[in-house]
Amino acid sequence: MKEELQELYKYRELLYMITYRDIKVRYKQSIMGFLWAILMPILIVMSGVVVRYAYAMVAHAPLRTADIASVAIKSVPWAFIVSSIRFSCNSLTGNRELVVKIYFPKEIFPMAAVLACLFDFLVAFTALVVFLAFIKIGWSIYLLWVPVLLCTMVLFCMGIGAVVSAVSLYFRDVKYIVEVFLTFGIFFTPVFYDVRMFGDRGNWLMLNPVAPLLEGLSASIAHHASPDVHWYLYSLVFSLVAFLSGFVLFKHLEPAFAESI
Amino acid sequence: MSDVALRMEHIYKKFRKGETYNSLRDFLPAMTGKMFRGQELDASDKREFWALQDISFEVKRGESLGIIGRNGAGKSTALKILSRIMKPTKGRMIVNGRLSALIEVTAGFHPDLTGMENIFLHGTILGMNKREIQSKLDQIIAFSGLEDFIDTPVKRYSSGMYARLGFSVAAHVNAEVLVVDEVLSVGDYVFQQRCMDRIRSVIAAGTTVLFVSHNLKSVTEICQRAMLLEHGKAVTIDNTDAVIRKYLSAGATSEDPDEKKPVYISRVTVRDRAGEQSTFESGQTAWVDVEVTAREALEKLAVVIWFKDETQYIIFHTSTERLGSAPFSLQPGGTYRCTFELSLNIAHGTFHLVTQVYRYDIQKGYDRRDPATTIFIGSTTAVGGAVNCFPRLIESETIVPSTQSCEV
Repeated sequence: MKEELQELYKYRELLYMITYRDIKVRYKQSIMGFLWAILMPILIVMSGVVVRYAYAMVAHAPLRTADIASVAIKSVPWAFIVSSIRFSCNSLTGNRELVVKIYFPKEIFPMAAVLACLFDFLVAFTALVVFLAFIKIGWSIYLLWVPVLLCTMVLFCMGIGAVVSAVSLYFRDVKYIVEVFLTFGIFFTPVFYDVRMFGDRGNWLMLNPVAPLLEGLSASIAHHASPDVHWYLYSLVFSLVAFLSGFVLFKHLEPAFAESI
Repeated sequence: MSDVALRMEHIYKKFRKGETYNSLRDFLPAMTGKMFRGQELDASDKREFWALQDISFEVKRGESLGIIGRNGAGKSTALKILSRIMKPTKGRMIVNGRLSALIEVTAGFHPDLTGMENIFLHGTILGMNKREIQSKLDQIIAFSGLEDFIDTPVKRYSSGMYARLGFSVAAHVNAEVLVVDEVLSVGDYVFQQRCMDRIRSVIAAGTTVLFVSHNLKSVTEICQRAMLLEHGKAVTIDNTDAVIRKYLSAGATSEDPDEKKPVYISRVTVRDRAGEQSTFESGQTAWVDVEVTAREALEKLAVVIWFKDETQYIIFHTSTERLGSAPFSLQPGGTYRCTFELSLNIAHGTFHLVTQVYRYDIQKGYDRRDPATTIFIGSTTAVGGAVNCFPRLIESETIVPSTQSCEV
């Protein structure tokens, strides 16, 4: 494990190069350019606002700015999670030539996929910050939680990404299963709704490791409050375990990649 | 100990033939089926085969080793194990120092990026860091000869340009051990020469080279020692000429007479004064014996022989009929023998002898052995090219320009 991490560190420039390639190619290919990074989050935010509006109608309550902000804050990271898992799932099979022909630590592929999506996310996040400033959301000391939560999220995505990329190399239909999970995951994750809407049963929803992170972001940015530390620790442990076990599984499967792909 | 650049110890590699389950939809039912029906795993074991068996060799620092063998002999598998892309099933391997592989020189390229961007991308993939690439950038571009196109996306490149850029990057990786696999087939003649020169200079600089090629000529030029692989086993490891001789003699006896043919070539031997031989000196005399056996009655036959070089180009051909012998007829079970005497005015290289039974008047070809055998003409430093014209230097003179001659 230690040697493998050292080797990964040795190849850090390659991680950077592959990430750079993925970003560059994506922005070169599409005429939309940077719009690509913003389009999907905007669509999710807009559908979130529609859903939120429906809640407000049913509850005969006004749609508050904080609610819209909260939907936006949770949608953009959700878009990041979805796209990074999707891209890392195809990252090995899509780089067949390199997997078969050249030696280097292959976990660079799913990691680079996540990092490239992180770049998209940062573009969208900048747009989000502008939007939040525009609706005068204000700021508080709790914003310091934001980078912590985002780092945990990246860790989580890399762990899951490593697993799905390696497994989908062996089983080609895994990517369809992943796709189904990503599509319907939004209903099991507090993106368009808040966990507190469910009262005590909300704890069940918090078992989804992504939920505490999204709720935490919403709390620290939109509500100027501290995230629930216990639930955050749960997410952190989950993400760390996902990252480490994903790495170990990946390394275990890696030697046979070239002959199995 | 430290002068060993790389060593393989009893390396085995097993592959599975046939279809494996590559989707969960097939895999899960098969697994549950197996669990209920009990042991059926043995059936799949029969489909395994050993791509490499008990390969052991050692290459000293600064030495170059050639690996030759037929398609499927395990050459590429051996290289993939060396470059750590694949893991051996059994055995141990030691590589001292940085290993770089000139295997698929364009594998790291992305078509949408420019030549320049791809140099950095591919260079990093091959293990160079940014500063290293930066310092060699001019050399790499100059070597590729693509100065004018370096800012063009490589998808607009011709395949030759593509390969040239790839080779240029790969050839500039500072490696202690260089693995070269059949990359010299890229580019035009001039570029191929440049590649060979580069490999030679890398060897001269003390790099250990492992060279895999079907081009026996370049193997002899580059490697002092060679290993012959056959069906995953190392048959011989010896000096290059001896190994190539062995490789070529193994190929000559491969064909069985086909039962259906009305007439077949039952024996072809090439010999010198001492007996059967596959290696000759340029200019030596050789005798080719051909024996033809018939199953049916046939008439007006002739025996045709020709030499092809490695590019399948026919450098020489003749026949019994051309040499003035009358066409022969055969009864069922009858045989015909003939011997050609040839003086091998060929330059250094590998040549395939093809023999055929032919009927000139109706232009019908019967049995053909392609190649019947392969001969190897040993290198002479005096000449290059395809033929040996046995040159002699009669006179040589250096003329110094005189200042007076300009005024006249």
